Amino acid sequence: MDIFIQQLINGLVLGSIYALVALGYTMVYGILELINFAHGEVTMIGAMVALAVIGAIAGSALDLPGLLVVLAGVLVAIPACMLLGFTIEKVAYRPLRRAPRLAPLITAIGVSIVLQNSAMLIWGRQYVSFPPLIPQNSHEILGAHITDLQIFIILLSTLIMAGLWLLVQQSTLGRAMRATAQSKEVAALMGVNVDRVISATFLIGSALAAIAGVMVSAYYGLAHYYMGFMLGLKAFSAAVLGGIGNIAGAMLGGLLLGVIEALGAGYIGDLTGGFLGSHYQDVFAFFVLILVLVFRPSGLLGERVASRA
Amino acid sequence: MALLQVRGLKVAYGGIRAVRGIDLDVDDGELVCLIGANGAGKSSTLRGITGLVHASGEIRLAGKRLGGLPTHAIAREGVALVPEGRGIFARLQVWENLAMGAYARRDKGVDEDLARVYELFPRLAERRQQIAGTLSGGEQQMLAIGRALMSRPRLLLLDEPSMGLAPLMVRKIYDTIQAIARQGVTILLVEQNAHLALQVSARAYVMESGGITLAGTSGELASDPAIQAAYLGS
Ligand SMILES: Nc1ncnc2c1ncn2[C@@H]1O[C@H](COP(=O)(O)OP(=O)(O)OP(=O)(O)O)[C@@H](O)[C@H]1O
Ligand SMILES: [Mg+2]
Repeated sequence: MDIFIQQLINGLVLGSIYALVALGYTMVYGILELINFAHGEVTMIGAMVALAVIGAIAGSALDLPGLLVVLAGVLVAIPACMLLGFTIEKVAYRPLRRAPRLAPLITAIGVSIVLQNSAMLIWGRQYVSFPPLIPQNSHEILGAHITDLQIFIILLSTLIMAGLWLLVQQSTLGRAMRATAQSKEVAALMGVNVDRVISATFLIGSALAAIAGVMVSAYYGLAHYYMGFMLGLKAFSAAVLGGIGNIAGAMLGGLLLGVIEALGAGYIGDLTGGFLGSHYQDVFAFFVLILVLVFRPSGLLGERVASRA
Repeated sequence: MALLQVRGLKVAYGGIRAVRGIDLDVDDGELVCLIGANGAGKSSTLRGITGLVHASGEIRLAGKRLGGLPTHAIAREGVALVPEGRGIFARLQVWENLAMGAYARRDKGVDEDLARVYELFPRLAERRQQIAGTLSGGEQQMLAIGRALMSRPRLLLLDEPSMGLAPLMVRKIYDTIQAIARQGVTILLVEQNAHLALQVSARAYVMESGGITLAGTSGELASDPAIQAAYLGS
């Protein structure tokens, strides 16, 4: 088996998921200059809600095809997360719109803690496992294995990102989002209801988070009330890597981070003579984050023109 | 009744009283200017009218109260502001900036107006795909004015359109402002350059430390010795 190709595939799968979550960070940052630390938790809630629905249907007398059950879970998780994201913005961030920047940041951390603990109270401390509903067919390409689920995650993420790109670049709402990100005052002078644009941003980001949450729990086969923390931190690193506030950057950063992590995990054993194992995988994301912050704080695709009209 | 009717407008920033209760009228189809020195409160007046800063007093557009409405709602009532410093969307293309001007419109005339803006400013037509932040200062001013026209405003507020431009470009922008006025657009023009503003406007208000000290036809004011001494440098 070719370890390079294999880790590349694994990295792209993970990277697609990071990218979906990173988009939520970057879109909110682009408009509010706020790092929405609660976003990782929204992803976790997405996974938990989907699993609750999936578990309920799978455990019931209904005998539905497995993929249909998963789809039902996703279709409940998406609106649940959208409602959650919308509410967080309205209740926690909107009243602080004119406050010093530290205030909403601390609030975001607070929201994140509230969500984690609520999830723990509702779903418990134990891991929730993803029922074996998804067929694990595996294909061989270039000496590596790729499962149906992996193919599906990569394809669906690509589709979603292409759709988002079209929305942001071509639609009236997307144009209003980009204008609002540059100046809320001038956008309002154009008749843009800035509050609505901000809500739309949270709705879109949260829908992506819900999908990413289901993907990651299906991929690893489990979910946990604490899973949003690490996932959120990595997605945030991906957003910074790509240039926070930049949508293409979040996509690129997510994919790159996934690949770097997977390759790092694949080779770290050999490189250190077996001293460090693949469980050091998580280190790579933060190592990359530190490198970016030191050498290129604006990220790969970040704004080099500082001018704001 | 005047299209824009402002009564007792006050704007304050914390303890600083930038506008201290001014009255102002602009009739339908008129070009009126508001002149005054740095810090007189001209921009604050426009920001108050458009709801960008909290203002007290009464603001009516064709009789309808605008006071207390959010900025986007005031814009949708037909008030367009070309802000000080132009406020173009630097990372959007030229045509996208113009499209933002028509954001709130749902009627069919948008394409027609776009053609008219390009006709008014052929330079923008040549550069429709260019990133707006890379335009020259004069072109950015054209874009800001063109964008405001795209909303088909009932009232156009211009805040120092000559700022930072070379004399030739100032001339050009002012010719255009006059052309727009002739097309029947109602304009309230804020300027420090009193000479220019009095030339193109029918009536003028003079503002000083937050209050209006003089008002009259532009011809009268241009020949007023006090104005000549203070603003026209003669
Ligand atoms: N955001 C603000 N915070 C505090 N004070 C402000 C603010 N904006 C304006 N001011 C003050 O209000 C007063 C009026 O300012 P304003 O910008 O309205 O003047 P102006 O007539 O437009 O001047 P200029 O010709 O220089 O543009 C000034 O004393 C200014 O310092
Ligand atoms: Mg001013």
